[in-house]
Amino acid sequence: MFQAAKQTSKIQRHDKDDETLHVENGSTSYRLSLYDQPPLYDVTVEEFETSALDRLRILAEIESSAARNRTMEETKQMTIIQCGKYLPLNSNSASGVDIQAERRKDQLGHFVLRLAFCRSAELRRRFVKAEGTLFRIRYETDDSKERAAFLSSKDFNWISVDADEKEKYEAQLSHFVSNKTDPNAFKNETFYKVRWSTIPDLVEKRKVFLKGGFAYVPGREQASIIYAAFEERLEAALLATSRAIPLVDEETRLNPILDNLAQGFTAGVPSDWVGSGETTGEGITADMVDSLAKQHFPLCMRVLHQNLRKDHHMKHFGRLHYGLFLKVLGLSIDEAIAFWRKSFAGGPGADKFDKEYRYNIRHSFGLEGRRMNYPAKNCLQLHTAHEAGCPYRQLENSPENLQSALLSSYSAQGLTVDDLPEIMSQVRKKAYHVACTRVFEITHPRQVRKGDGLGDGESVTHPNQYAAKSIELEKEAKEPKMEVDN
Amino acid sequence: MTPSSDKEDVDPTSEQVLLTFYRRLYPFKQLFKWLNRGPERTEKELRLFPYREFAYTLRNQAYLRYNSYPSDIEMKKHVCLLTPSRFEIGPVYSAQPKDKKTVRSTHFKAEKREVVFDIDMTDYDPIRTCCSEADICKRCWGFIAVAVQVLDKAIRDQFGYNQLLWVYSGRRGIHLWISDKEAFELTDDQRKAMVEYLTVVKNGKEPGKQVNSRFASKDLPPTLKEACQTINESFDELILQDQNCFGSKEGYETLLSLIPDAKVVSRLREKWSDNPGSPSYIKWDEMKDEIKTLEQPARRVMRNAMEDILLQYAYPRLDAEVSKHRNHLLKAPFCIHPKTGRICVPVDPRHVAEFDPAKVPTIGQLLAELDAAGSSNSGREHRDDWQKTSLKPYIDMFDQYANSVQEKQTKMDLSW
Ligand SMILES: [Zn+2]
Repeated sequence: MFQAAKQTSKIQRHDKDDETLHVENGSTSYRLSLYDQPPLYDVTVEEFETSALDRLRILAEIESSAARNRTMEETKQMTIIQCGKYLPLNSNSASGVDIQAERRKDQLGHFVLRLAFCRSAELRRRFVKAEGTLFRIRYETDDSKERAAFLSSKDFNWISVDADEKEKYEAQLSHFVSNKTDPNAFKNETFYKVRWSTIPDLVEKRKVFLKGGFAYVPGREQASIIYAAFEERLEAALLATSRAIPLVDEETRLNPILDNLAQGFTAGVPSDWVGSGETTGEGITADMVDSLAKQHFPLCMRVLHQNLRKDHHMKHFGRLHYGLFLKVLGLSIDEAIAFWRKSFAGGPGADKFDKEYRYNIRHSFGLEGRRMNYPAKNCLQLHTAHEAGCPYRQLENSPENLQSALLSSYSAQGLTVDDLPEIMSQVRKKAYHVACTRVFEITHPRQVRKGDGLGDGESVTHPNQYAAKSIELEKEAKEPKMEVDN
Repeated sequence: MTPSSDKEDVDPTSEQVLLTFYRRLYPFKQLFKWLNRGPERTEKELRLFPYREFAYTLRNQAYLRYNSYPSDIEMKKHVCLLTPSRFEIGPVYSAQPKDKKTVRSTHFKAEKREVVFDIDMTDYDPIRTCCSEADICKRCWGFIAVAVQVLDKAIRDQFGYNQLLWVYSGRRGIHLWISDKEAFELTDDQRKAMVEYLTVVKNGKEPGKQVNSRFASKDLPPTLKEACQTINESFDELILQDQNCFGSKEGYETLLSLIPDAKVVSRLREKWSDNPGSPSYIKWDEMKDEIKTLEQPARRVMRNAMEDILLQYAYPRLDAEVSKHRNHLLKAPFCIHPKTGRICVPVDPRHVAEFDPAKVPTIGQLLAELDAAGSSNSGREHRDDWQKTSLKPYIDMFDQYANSVQEKQTKMDLSW
């Protein structure tokens, strides 16, 4: 067991070079890891952040799987797909991949997230649960030889039941042997003994023999002990880290990153959605925005659009959020100026348009000032926005308003009063992105089924991702499919 | 024991009666010793008794939650002031329950409590033949006795817990408090696992199969086999002789509904409909004879069914919700049952079969004993007044139990 203080001191900024962090160690002999050795080597701030964000993407999907009542098998399939994209982790036998780099990223991401998630009991609980599920999925899919080697390298606090004891309880233990027709089955079965309270799920299902507070676990149920040990150790490590966190807090540069990560769990993964003009928003003109909004926009942007049409005006943050959203959607600078000029016509700000707002629009396209090409705001940023943010969050405490906004925006696409309780219950759980994802599913019934999210089980994490997927699905539906259905 | 002539006249819900009871008889000191799991601490090293919730049901039925006290002395004062008709014990929280309103809700969590079980006679209504609903007699206590024997053995032997306190609920049920350190600290998930593991009979008002004991048609798990053996020792007397559960058409039809072999069922039904009132033990033997004529695997299927029948008729019927959560409240030992006036006294599991609920002291009887014992200082509080009443053996038993919890705790402290 490592010391918390020691552990946190290992992530320090290099004085010589402020772009790298000094991190040591990192055990990478096996694909599976109990994360009992904090990594100690130099990483860039970018590496620090991306390793954590990519892992968080997976964990947030696992969490929303639970919120959406996916089965373990569905969660597993979804996680395997997502891990393939963002966090590949190959076995020792894999060729043509940099196994060490994969494992380094896996370790680093885990330990960075520990720092972000150790800060409250609630975050710790959720982190342990999601990490536990990820571990379980990897354990189940691991190469059996490598898994055995990994297991024998660790101490799981189990006691092997020796021959004498096995004989003493033969009558009872033989009940738990899987194949009763094989006369040697009992002889060949190995049993382990652990305190019953460490494996409550096996006890509950009477899958183990109980004696004197110990559960006698047949070899094939070994995995349950390992999952329990993984979660128990992680919980203890997080608690230790949380006590030592003031030490890390001095590293002020990391704090905003850590804060952001912790919030990412509720918001889904903060991602910058880079819309590719070729596939989705090709040639979008100012005139098209009205109909696009009705068919493809998430509630946040629907609400902004409706307000703009109603008021012929929009305050700073609304312009910022909506403007960037439209830019990434594919509205060119000229079309954007045309769109905004038309929208403001007859409103209170019409006369200021050319003087002030035009500049701002050009600025947001990177054509003025610092010439930055600003990305559109993601769900996480919209959650924390005070104005023009995520309506699921901002209207959480006035459910009637939220419900009527949902109905007026989406009833044309098939959302009914009957869908509201489910959406509202996610809102009450503060799972805003789950609520939004569910609305997407309901309004695209021909293309996605419940639980599919935006496809492949992905949840909404960015308004542009929502809109782009919606447009993409519509295009697919219109184009005749070439492949044969099976 | 001095039966009092005016025993029937005492109203167990009157303020005066309750005040005398709490002032002179209720074992607050022992209650403190038990719940504090050790001698009074000078430092706040163990936050136990002061962090424990007590909830009162007042005489006007108002319900007061989140009371807590530094020690038994303050508690006794407050109880004598409120004179509740009864009170319940909740968990140890992360902050003192009386401060609940001022601490942040995230800092107010149920942390620890004894594991509790509740067995209520009403869950036996579908099978008992002597009484129903709120009633209980010496005869139907037999079900509780078997339940206690099975559960007590399972918990000691399988879970390894030893600090078990069984308490008569004052009317028709029994409570179990498990105070072992590990049990005291179990999470809700672990509690749920424990109670599901021990739950075999799904409670329901309808007759028919309610047993969930095995996977598909596999053998019983070894621990339930043991339970069957314990039940088997009382089955003949309790189910066949005394309750005569199959002595009527309705009774034997329930039995037939539990038999999976259609041929056996039709042969037995034919036989029994000629003489529906024949005694249960005769019917039971006739069923066994039928089984003997069967070949494998039909015979094995029927053996399994018989085990399940034993479980359905006499395995403890648990109220699972009581046990699953740390924040569940359960009536404290030694309260007075407001309807019967009987005291909720501890029961020795080794002698549970001889326990007669009708002989449990009532508040009327105790007050009369107090009067008879101390005419000189009648009505005034006196140290250990309970020693002079028939409550004495029960408080002695409770005191011993509290000591056992305390000793363990002290030993553990030393070893750390
Ligand atoms: Zn009865």
